[in-house]
Amino acid sequence: MAKIPKDLLYTEEHEWVHFSDDRTEATVGITDFAQKELGDIVYVELPQEGDALQHMESFGTIEAVKTVAELYAPLTGEVLETNHQLQDEPTLVNGSPYEDGWIIRMRVTNPDEAKALLSPEDYKARVAEGA
Amino acid sequence: MNANLQRTPLYDRHVALGAKMVEFAGWSMPVQYDGLIAEHRRVRSAVGLFDVSHMGEIYFEGAGALATLDNLATNDVAGLQNGQVLYTALCNPQGGVRDDALVYRMSGERFVLVVNASNCAKIVDWAGENLGPATRMLDVSAQTALIAVQGPRSRELLQSCSTIGPLAQQLGALPYYWFVQGEVNGKPMVVSRTGYTGEVGYEVFVPNECAAGLWDELMERGRVFDCGPAGLGARDTLRFEVCFCLYGHELLEDVSPLEAGIAWTVKLKKPGFIGKEALVRQKQAGIPRQLVGFEIEAGARAIARQGYEVHAAGRRVGQVTSGTWSPTLERSLGLALVETAAAAGPLQVVVRGREVPLRTVPIPFHKPVSRA
Repeated sequence: MAKIPKDLLYTEEHEWVHFSDDRTEATVGITDFAQKELGDIVYVELPQEGDALQHMESFGTIEAVKTVAELYAPLTGEVLETNHQLQDEPTLVNGSPYEDGWIIRMRVTNPDEAKALLSPEDYKARVAEGA
Repeated sequence: MNANLQRTPLYDRHVALGAKMVEFAGWSMPVQYDGLIAEHRRVRSAVGLFDVSHMGEIYFEGAGALATLDNLATNDVAGLQNGQVLYTALCNPQGGVRDDALVYRMSGERFVLVVNASNCAKIVDWAGENLGPATRMLDVSAQTALIAVQGPRSRELLQSCSTIGPLAQQLGALPYYWFVQGEVNGKPMVVSRTGYTGEVGYEVFVPNECAAGLWDELMERGRVFDCGPAGLGARDTLRFEVCFCLYGHELLEDVSPLEAGIAWTVKLKKPGFIGKEALVRQKQAGIPRQLVGFEIEAGARAIARQGYEVHAAGRRVGQVTSGTWSPTLERSLGLALVETAAAAGPLQVVVRGREVPLRTVPIPFHKPVSRA
């Protein structure tokens, strides 16, 4: 069973979002379900720090051995930091999708967009009905 | 979604092992168990088990069976001896590939054609339309299970299995592309020295009801040989590294075996076979496309996938047929079908809208030490 931590919010595209206390920043990654679907990850194409992020638009790519998947911005804002460790150790996303495998940290410019994110229960239902 | 998919006799085993099941050719199949890279490396270094029961097996019997098969196949069926296996293309009249298949000769009047799961119904129909006189065809796919045992320790493992019985003694002397026949629980069993990984390995055909017992014994005895199950994901990366064709990728109805790198399976000196005239014409006119192997250098951090366009001097000259990151060679590699005139390069592949340079490399990419 895929792990779905209760302190995160989720997107339809199998990303997770962890807000800072004041909701001005968020950390983003892909879920355990997503990493299982992808299999062994080989490359993670990251944006640059400072890049603009537009809600629902692609901001990067994950290349697994057998398939490639786009990363979609869960919120509008700006890239503050990317996880440089993924350059040398892309399999951190497989082994630790919610901790060491985090992908970007971003500034959130429109906190209202958070309303569109899925609760852990809603995401669990989404996973159950099929990717 | 899963309700209408076919299941092999080993379905419950895969689920119990925690396999990720996916749809393939109308079957629910294990794509991976503990991870593609782990399974791939296990086959190259020790031994892996594959459930390939979804593949098709069709008997051709009678005085006319040989001629029927020799007409359907590009390769020389008449040259087979009892106990021998032949890899061949089956072509349409335009010289394109309908399927690639193995022909097993049991006797001069008894053959088995082993076909891809994705093409089984198509080939049964095709063979039915092209059945010569004195030939009976019997599709036994639905009753037949197939387990592939592949890797440097495959022979040791099989020889330690009581299910294999007296056939175990014959394995030591069994050459590549030959098979032996025996029985399991009074039912027919065939063990051939064939496979899709490039490593030394065997494929074991048993009736469905014997599959689980054989699998269980292989898994149990396999512990001391570092054996484990391997899914379709690893099956693809393994065959890719040794440049075996995959139907639907390198082989298609509008691609000839001469273009797809399997010209060696085409015996144009045969008196006649379906597609021969078209292939003779193609060879005379110059083969228009060819399969090339390529590498994307590490810094590009890109993998070319099936269907990606290949360019030369800004013009589209072909497309990628298969591409992946190679677990053995740890590089991004690919195969592409390109215009023969452009094949020498320089070439680029379009990855998400961006032209990435390719370096053509000789194929096969990898030659296993264990020698199939």
